[in-house]
Amino acid sequence: MRIIQPHYHGIARTTQDYQRMAYAGVVAVAEPAFWAGFDRKYPETFLDYFRQISEFEPTRAAQYGIRHYCWVAVNPKEAENPSLSREVLRHMPEFFQKPTVLGVGETGLHKSTRNECEIFEAQIELAIKYDQLLLVHTPHLQDKLRGTKRILEILRRAPISPERVWIDHVEEHTIRACKDAGYWVGFTLYPITKCSPARAVDMIERYGADRTLVNSSADWGPSDPATLHECIFEFRRRGHSEQEAIELFHNNPARFLGQNPKFTIRPIRIEELEPTAVG
Amino acid sequence: MLTASEVVEKYFLDARAMLLELAALLDRYDRACSQANNSPPEDPRMELLYQALAVIADRKTNPDRVERLLVMFSDPAE
Repeated sequence: MRIIQPHYHGIARTTQDYQRMAYAGVVAVAEPAFWAGFDRKYPETFLDYFRQISEFEPTRAAQYGIRHYCWVAVNPKEAENPSLSREVLRHMPEFFQKPTVLGVGETGLHKSTRNECEIFEAQIELAIKYDQLLLVHTPHLQDKLRGTKRILEILRRAPISPERVWIDHVEEHTIRACKDAGYWVGFTLYPITKCSPARAVDMIERYGADRTLVNSSADWGPSDPATLHECIFEFRRRGHSEQEAIELFHNNPARFLGQNPKFTIRPIRIEELEPTAVG
Repeated sequence: MLTASEVVEKYFLDARAMLLELAALLDRYDRACSQANNSPPEDPRMELLYQALAVIADRKTNPDRVERLLVMFSDPAE
């Protein structure tokens, strides 16, 4: 089955990931800019990072027939440093011109501080000004509910079309508000601590598969790209058809990401052929 | 979607294993507390686990136990 992995941090992974994802049917990945595990000091470090994910990573993925796209942003954790963030934001439009950059992400909130909110708002403005898609990170664990409410308040005030916004890492206590407001939502599957493949399928059955993206965890922490395939297996073993799986794990990412014309993978449909006479 | 019987068939063993892990954690905690000079810490998290177990065991609830637990484990909204 063809799969699109919509949230994947290749910079933190080995090439073997690409090999295994290719074996398992992944045809494209999208890599949001994120926190590197430590707070960077210099704007140039971000810019080199953006070069890495927009220039080098596509070549690594291409060795396995996988198309690599990316997003650029100052992540919520480092947004706590506004002067550094503003300097990085000044350069982001240069990267919007690159052939594989899809939008601004992942921005959002971490601890929902004043600085984080200010830089989040500035990045929403940038996305609107340059007609870019927007990928929003929601906080983890005990900070998620409060942070998601704040994110929705900020987004509500911004003149941005909800269908161009993807709110990521939703769980049972945050999904309804995000979907009701018209945004795309994403589940991020972790081997431990956060959303599991079975819970993701529960939410899909309960709230529908429209405007829904599913991505594995794939970063420098305990995470595993194969959780996405585990989720597909869970979805199928509950009796959902192969076409329904394709809708969710290939066509939905193609529809959302395809709003940026640089993303050219289109939704697909499987078709059973009429039997032909043998001999 | 699965039938109720299929849910039991497919998930019973997983749930059993998760409950045993939780039981083992609570036993481990109690053993640690019962050791000399090792009184229970002033940490609300263990109490939260017991409150969560009560939510899980509530048979009369709508199927929203996960959501109720996540709200219980969240920092209060501003």
